[in-house]
Amino acid sequence: MEMRSIDIVVNGRGRSLEVAVHHTLLDALRDDLELTGTKECCLVGECGACTVMVDGRIVDSCLMLAVEADGAEILTVEGLAQDGQLSPLQQAFLDKGAVQCGFCTPGQLVAAQALLDGNADPSVPEIQEGLAGNLCRCGCYFQITEAVLSAAEGGHR
Amino acid sequence: MTARLVGTSPNRVGGFGRVSGLQEYVADIRIPDVLEGKLVTLDCARARIISIDTSEAEQVPGVRLVMTAADLPQPMPRFGPQLEDRPVIAVGETKYHGEPVAIVAAETKDAAAEGARLVHVEYEELPAVFTVAAALDPAAPLVQDPSLRPNDKFASTNVLREHRVGWGDVDAGKADLVIENSYSFPIVTHFAIEPHAFMAAPDGNGIAVWSSIQHPNWLQKILAKLLGLPLSKVRVYAPDPGGGFGGKQHTKYEPLVAYAALKAGRPVRLILSLEESFQAARRAACEIGVRTGFTADGKIVFQDVKADYLIGAYTDIADRVVGKGSYPAAGPYNVPAVRILARSILSHTLPSTAFRGFGNPQVNWAVESNLDEGARALGIDRLEIRLRNLARKGDAFIPFDTPADGDWDQAVRRAADLIGWDQPLAPGHGRGIAVGIKSGPTTGLSYSTVRLLGDGSVVVLAGTSDMGQGARTILAQIAAEELGAPLDSIAIVMGDTAIVPYDQQTSASRSTVLMGNSVLMACRSIQSQIRTMAARLHEVDESDISVERGVVKLPDRQLTILEVLKPGLGRLGGELTGNGEMRKDAEPNHPLSGAPAFFEFNCTAIEAEVDEGTGDITILRHVTVSDVGKAINPLQVRMQDEGAAIQGLGHTLMEHYIFDESGRIRNLGAIDYRIPTSMDLPLELRSETIENEDGPGPYGSKGMSEGALLCVAPAVAAAVRDACGAVIRDLPLSPERVWQALQERGDQVATGRKGR
Repeated sequence: MEMRSIDIVVNGRGRSLEVAVHHTLLDALRDDLELTGTKECCLVGECGACTVMVDGRIVDSCLMLAVEADGAEILTVEGLAQDGQLSPLQQAFLDKGAVQCGFCTPGQLVAAQALLDGNADPSVPEIQEGLAGNLCRCGCYFQITEAVLSAAEGGHR
Repeated sequence: MTARLVGTSPNRVGGFGRVSGLQEYVADIRIPDVLEGKLVTLDCARARIISIDTSEAEQVPGVRLVMTAADLPQPMPRFGPQLEDRPVIAVGETKYHGEPVAIVAAETKDAAAEGARLVHVEYEELPAVFTVAAALDPAAPLVQDPSLRPNDKFASTNVLREHRVGWGDVDAGKADLVIENSYSFPIVTHFAIEPHAFMAAPDGNGIAVWSSIQHPNWLQKILAKLLGLPLSKVRVYAPDPGGGFGGKQHTKYEPLVAYAALKAGRPVRLILSLEESFQAARRAACEIGVRTGFTADGKIVFQDVKADYLIGAYTDIADRVVGKGSYPAAGPYNVPAVRILARSILSHTLPSTAFRGFGNPQVNWAVESNLDEGARALGIDRLEIRLRNLARKGDAFIPFDTPADGDWDQAVRRAADLIGWDQPLAPGHGRGIAVGIKSGPTTGLSYSTVRLLGDGSVVVLAGTSDMGQGARTILAQIAAEELGAPLDSIAIVMGDTAIVPYDQQTSASRSTVLMGNSVLMACRSIQSQIRTMAARLHEVDESDISVERGVVKLPDRQLTILEVLKPGLGRLGGELTGNGEMRKDAEPNHPLSGAPAFFEFNCTAIEAEVDEGTGDITILRHVTVSDVGKAINPLQVRMQDEGAAIQGLGHTLMEHYIFDESGRIRNLGAIDYRIPTSMDLPLELRSETIENEDGPGPYGSKGMSEGALLCVAPAVAAAVRDACGAVIRDLPLSPERVWQALQERGDQVATGRKGR
């Protein structure tokens, strides 16, 4: 099995690791770094459960090889809270009822954070389109939209 | 005094873990020395296994175990919640696409995958049946070996069982109009975002098993019986599932993983892919024939329903789904004569199981749609015909059963108001309205233990699974309310059969009612102990003290529970413990072995628009009104109600399995099997509740998590027909199907305009 060493910054912390060249970024996060907040579901880039930010852009980490992330800055759900304090977006997800089983939530949060980073005042259609790649089978879509709107109002205006 | 918590919507208990990424689902749990499991399956549904060569797989570095039927006890152990017909692993013959013939366990996922690829199976594909018609053909191959079905009159057919229920004389009914149609409902799957996940580890002289299961105690019983172990030596850990919807109720591959762990002498885990989850659980397809008799003024004279449910190769809980789901097929109406015949039809497809709605959405789709046909033919408003026939509270609408237990007409009128039933429609728009009913739990047994600790904080031990419905929050609200403790001082412990008392199951929207009552009883037991304590401390007669919702009322003053508890426990401290036992026993003479604890009732109203060029449906407004008795947590009620509504839109508009001639699922996985995304929603979704505090649960609550899914399909189809005249009796209402129906509508438009 061919291995390669990569250096990445994950949630602000520099990490050096040896990864198999065919392993995905999702494999590296979950199996090598034991950051299991990022979830594994469809593995074909359709469900969004494995969404992370790579250099500020959202990526389905199941579709990106770990070696491709060499040198990148990565944000996962574990990096959203600071010093045990939930971010306004995380808190809004709880306040607005945007979380049921929670399995899609890490991906939803990271995708929503990226959306807000690029658009501090998104409209409802912009939120729905921005999160269209994140499936929620519990059907919290309206609550997720409310949470993103609420975080935008509280944190970005 | 504590503020009342019941009827408020505090943040979800367990919410912090879910938004921070710290919540551990089964796949997130790491135990030392664990081997990665991978299933070996064949590329067709039914095949005779000629030989399995594991030698090359065993040579793969890191592979520690390749287990086939030959490595398991003989005869092959079988299990199932209803009939013990499912083998731990395929023996002799596979019966559906995806049935495992071997499991490989290796040090790494890569090695397990490579090993699985190198297990060489020689097999011969055999004739198989994938549809109701094929399964019922007299020349059809039998799905189940008749020798496994002794003393069974259907053993030489693919009918597993028949369920007949009825009353009155359908054939004698004098109807002014009879409407007869056939409807179909496809196979759909749960698609929980968490694929099923299992892990097992030898544990002294027993075994520990982790599963994303909804019913840990039922799994424990099945494993103990298969492995010949006492219950105490089978420890099931059931972390909160990442979505269940019924698909995770019953035992699937846990026995296989347990045998593998025992054989390997090491922990083994099996994390299914989404595709493998698609091959592990699904809803039964159904073909329904309905004949409805009406009087000229729109009263239903009779309902004659025949429903053939296409279940899989093994029973799982499917036959119970058929029996219980078809039982209220005549709907929440007063119908003098009813005849229902439902059949479980075996096929060479993956086992069907429980899925939100539990067999009701299939027959509801047909019966509610047929009612609309009657209304149109009679020129009666479609809302009015429902109100004319709807059972009122107390009506014995199913003669030998729980009478109507809610003011259902309130829900119907409210939904009609919210959709603006009497308002003029914009051109090209259409409206539909439908009602749904489902029997709640017919038996149940939920134990709980509540511990009031020395500082007034509380631990609740309850065996419910919180798979997203929010059971932790509801139970915490009940305990906080009754014991006067702050919500954030309540710990809810679930999912460990070695610690948490027995709970029968998390299904049928039961937990608020059954486990809720159990926790309420446990709290009341503690209140009684507090009362005794207060009497002792204050030298008052016990009968002069009452404890209510966290407040201790003495003749001359009121105290908090903590103000009694601390001096009452004294210097050594300690705690008070209360036990709850909520039991709903079986009734042997009842057709369902028990009358339901409550009915779930929902009315759904839809306004839709159809793009006649593409057949694409836009849901402009979706109104759902559920009779919930009392919303203990209104936000969670809304989330469950909307979630059920959106899941219902999935099977209504887009979801279905497609099989090829070998019984392989052609649209396996997330690319080709679509579920609603944030772009597929109604433009407006309105969820409301009827709360008359008339349910059997704490504070008058009823179960409510399935209602809003029951009648989405008939309401949408009715709106589509109203909008454009397209008549569709087969789900899903995909654009191509709508477009096709538009080409065929002919004179149906005229008929469609007769009524409303």
